[in-house]
Amino acid sequence: MTDPRDRVFLARGLTKIYPMGEIEVRALRGVDLDLFAGEFVVLLGPSGSGKSTLLNILGGLDSPSSGAMQYGGRDLGVYDDAELTRYRREHVGFVFQFYNLIPSLTARENVALVTEIARNPLAPEEALTLVGLADRLDHFPAQLSGGEQQRVAIARAVAKRPEVLLCDEPTGALDVQTGIRVLAVIDRVNRELGTTTVVITHNAAIAAMADRVIHLSNGLIARIDHNTQRQAPDDIVW
Amino acid sequence: MKPLDRKLWRELWQMKGQAVAIMLVIVCGVAIHVMFGATLDALGQTRARYYQEYRFADVFAALKRAPESLRERIAALPGVAEVETRVVAAVHLDVAGFAEPITGRLVSIPDNRESRLNRLYLRQGRPPAADRDDEAIVSEAFAEAHRLEPGAKLRVVINGRRQTLTIVGMALSPEYIHQLRPGSMFPDYQRYGVLWMGRRALGVAYGMEGAFNDVVVGLTDARAAPDVIDELDRLLTPYGGLGAHDREDQPSHRFLSEEFRNITLSATLFPVLFLGVAVFLLNVVMNRLIGMQREQIGTLKAFGYGNGAIALHYLKLVLIVVLIGVAVGVFAGAGLGRRLAELYTMFFRFPFLDYRLSPSLVLGALLLNLGGAVAGTAFALRAAFALRPAEAMRPEPPARYRATVVERLGLQRLLSQPNRMILRHIERRPLKSLFAVLGIALACGVTMAGRFQEATITHMVEVHYKLSQREDLAVTFTEPTSWRAIGSLDGLPGVERVEVYRAVPVRLRFQHHSRRTTLKGVPPGGDLQRLLDADLRLLDLPSEGVLLTDYLGELLGVQAGDRLTVEVLEGSRPVREVPVVGLVKEYLGVAAYMDLAGLNRLLREGPAISGAYLAVDDRERSELYRRLGDIPRIAGTAIREQEIRNFHRTMEQTMLFFTFIATVFAVVIAFGIIYNSARIALTERGRELASLRVLGFTRAEISYILLGELGLLTLVAIPLGFIVGRGICTLFVDGARSELYRIPLIIHPSTYAFAATVVLASALLSGWLVRRKLDRLDLIAVLKTRD
Repeated sequence: MTDPRDRVFLARGLTKIYPMGEIEVRALRGVDLDLFAGEFVVLLGPSGSGKSTLLNILGGLDSPSSGAMQYGGRDLGVYDDAELTRYRREHVGFVFQFYNLIPSLTARENVALVTEIARNPLAPEEALTLVGLADRLDHFPAQLSGGEQQRVAIARAVAKRPEVLLCDEPTGALDVQTGIRVLAVIDRVNRELGTTTVVITHNAAIAAMADRVIHLSNGLIARIDHNTQRQAPDDIVW
Repeated sequence: MKPLDRKLWRELWQMKGQAVAIMLVIVCGVAIHVMFGATLDALGQTRARYYQEYRFADVFAALKRAPESLRERIAALPGVAEVETRVVAAVHLDVAGFAEPITGRLVSIPDNRESRLNRLYLRQGRPPAADRDDEAIVSEAFAEAHRLEPGAKLRVVINGRRQTLTIVGMALSPEYIHQLRPGSMFPDYQRYGVLWMGRRALGVAYGMEGAFNDVVVGLTDARAAPDVIDELDRLLTPYGGLGAHDREDQPSHRFLSEEFRNITLSATLFPVLFLGVAVFLLNVVMNRLIGMQREQIGTLKAFGYGNGAIALHYLKLVLIVVLIGVAVGVFAGAGLGRRLAELYTMFFRFPFLDYRLSPSLVLGALLLNLGGAVAGTAFALRAAFALRPAEAMRPEPPARYRATVVERLGLQRLLSQPNRMILRHIERRPLKSLFAVLGIALACGVTMAGRFQEATITHMVEVHYKLSQREDLAVTFTEPTSWRAIGSLDGLPGVERVEVYRAVPVRLRFQHHSRRTTLKGVPPGGDLQRLLDADLRLLDLPSEGVLLTDYLGELLGVQAGDRLTVEVLEGSRPVREVPVVGLVKEYLGVAAYMDLAGLNRLLREGPAISGAYLAVDDRERSELYRRLGDIPRIAGTAIREQEIRNFHRTMEQTMLFFTFIATVFAVVIAFGIIYNSARIALTERGRELASLRVLGFTRAEISYILLGELGLLTLVAIPLGFIVGRGICTLFVDGARSELYRIPLIIHPSTYAFAATVVLASALLSGWLVRRKLDRLDLIAVLKTRD
């Protein structure tokens, strides 16, 4: 599992500084991190600890201010906009806290939006079946519950068979029951498709699902826990 | 269909109200562009073909009497291709059942052959038989005005002899597209007519057998005109030549050219204005619409859609709106253009109409609109693309509001919380607020441009006919006549006052400028014909020197004190130097004025006059008209009231049709702009307002916050719109100045009121439509998701 040949991401000395008006916000202050193929990693930390910034940099949605960020041995930091776009298109699946579905498209069409431009995708119907929404294919986002919307978002993210699945607070807007269903789907994708999965949360209970738990605090990695046994989502106590 | 295209159609359907409003604005801009462009093309084309096919002459000359043998010498002049000698005379006509005096012009046509120049387009009937001296063709306009059919009889006074003519046909002529009675500026088909008779018959009647008193010349090359005119003047002076001139000084052509110039002005100004406003609006709206999609753009980018694909997606949206708008606009414009061109064809009495839609017109409209829309889209997309997807998807950071100027001035106690929100919102996005204000101001200004002319025309008439030309009746003599004529006019029934004048055709020269016009001698202290200064005060006529119409002075570049060269174009054709003593304010026509005795001295002639102005007693008008008809020396009689009516009719037939269309379109554009502003504001702030509702604000309160902003911007925009409108009107007035008329820049309060009403009504209607949507805000949705 920790064989360097399986290393997907390599981050060294990552920093990120946002100018916010007159002050500068240092979101990341020098993060070193390796992520490995098929791993389920949870990023844990309070608000403002730098979790989302790290996730965005991993996913090519943002670039570090300094430091190296490698994916598959290639430095994302030197990618231009078009290369980052291709990187996201070919390798990364995203799940956002607020789903970010296109409101004017049905569940199936939201997934098709991504399979359309992917090289070897699942069929949208297949992806939606995977997340348990085979019977909601033609519903618009407004006709779906929050949990269902998030599952559409997961189907959309995994339909392209990405190497990496990045989830930013996927259960943040959901109740416990629904949150567990969503986590179960993510867990299943990780196990069945072998997708390297990174999940942001500030809910420590979810950490039990992961192979590794990375604790972020104030822009730095505070510590990393290894779970010897991954807990099934159903067994999580919130 | 690709999911992205589905998204496109669904979103287009969702914003259909706005899309339609944008399309309407495009439709108006394009329609007016196409309407005017096509009309202008058609009129130019039609006139050119008419002139060519009916051999409109290039040079014209009237004279007293010359032997036919002179024809050969004229034909031999270099540059001359065709010569037609004619007999032309002024006549009095009598139509049964029409009491007012009718004057006309008798023009000879060759017997037994087609005329070489100024051919007639015979609408009905046949040419007069060569061996008959009582047959004539009449101009169609005159025939229609009196409902004359072939076979109808017409009583005329030819050379002092009463005679009855039989109408055998009705015709049009390129020479008399506009039939203007000498001294009149606007056509009156009831009181003035053109008749054509055989050359032999007319020659006998006027003692012109083997002679002529009018000649028209066709040139091999139009550039030869100045030389031919000089040579012709040289040949004709011994025979009483009145000065040859080219088409530019031919009354019908000149009037037509001025009309064309005015149409060209409108055809340039209005489309530029309307298209400009449409393109501006398109730019702003697209910019804001796409600005609101920034989150979706971020999501698409997160999933690996490239900038190109996303740009194409939004361009398609824009293209659909623009293409539909342009297509409908071209269709509507082509239809309106045909209608307008047909109106002009009837007005000018062209025998046919060459109407076609030129591809360049359509292409121009398309490119301009596409350009505006694409620029607005590109602008917004660039802003969206500049953001990293992570940022784009993040809710916009709480906007940096701050206390407004009003609050910083310490006046916040005067403002309620909603009022503060309105002011802060306006101040936070000053550029957006400015564009919104500018859009509404443009709408307001455009509305004024379509409207202001009506009030202005009324003012022109008031000044010209009530302050300046105050006679009831004007008579012109066939040739300069001695003062004794007054005696005979004085004694006529109902005549209360007679004021005479002398009018001489002249060419005025100053430095390199020259102008052919009329020099009028008037007796000082007149009450019927008065001269006004720039402030419309009465001007005293000096005993020496000339006064010029202000516009004529401008054309010649002279000011009071300059010395002008006056070339008299009749009689012994003297050339004199005369000082300019001042300028006269006149809205209609141009002329030079002198003291009557001074003019007689200048011409070294006795006390001769060309006509007279009469004040008459209404009760004796019909008897007076009858008696005037018996005086052969009188070439024309003009009734002032009728002149005013003719003026109004001419204006209505030409200008007011398209100002009406322009007004309608301006109203549509005003509504389109304001409705879009309101809708975009609603979309941008829907969530914020729904949150306020959740917090317990009432519908009325949140409506106030949104619509209060619209209202405030509208109120700011209206005065700005007045300034814009005044600017547009100034452009129009400056461009429309011609020797025929100058429209004064007088914007009646009703014009301002109209524009303000249109803008306010549009704002109210838009507000009501938006308010209905506000009432249906989804309060749950705002709690469930973020924006």
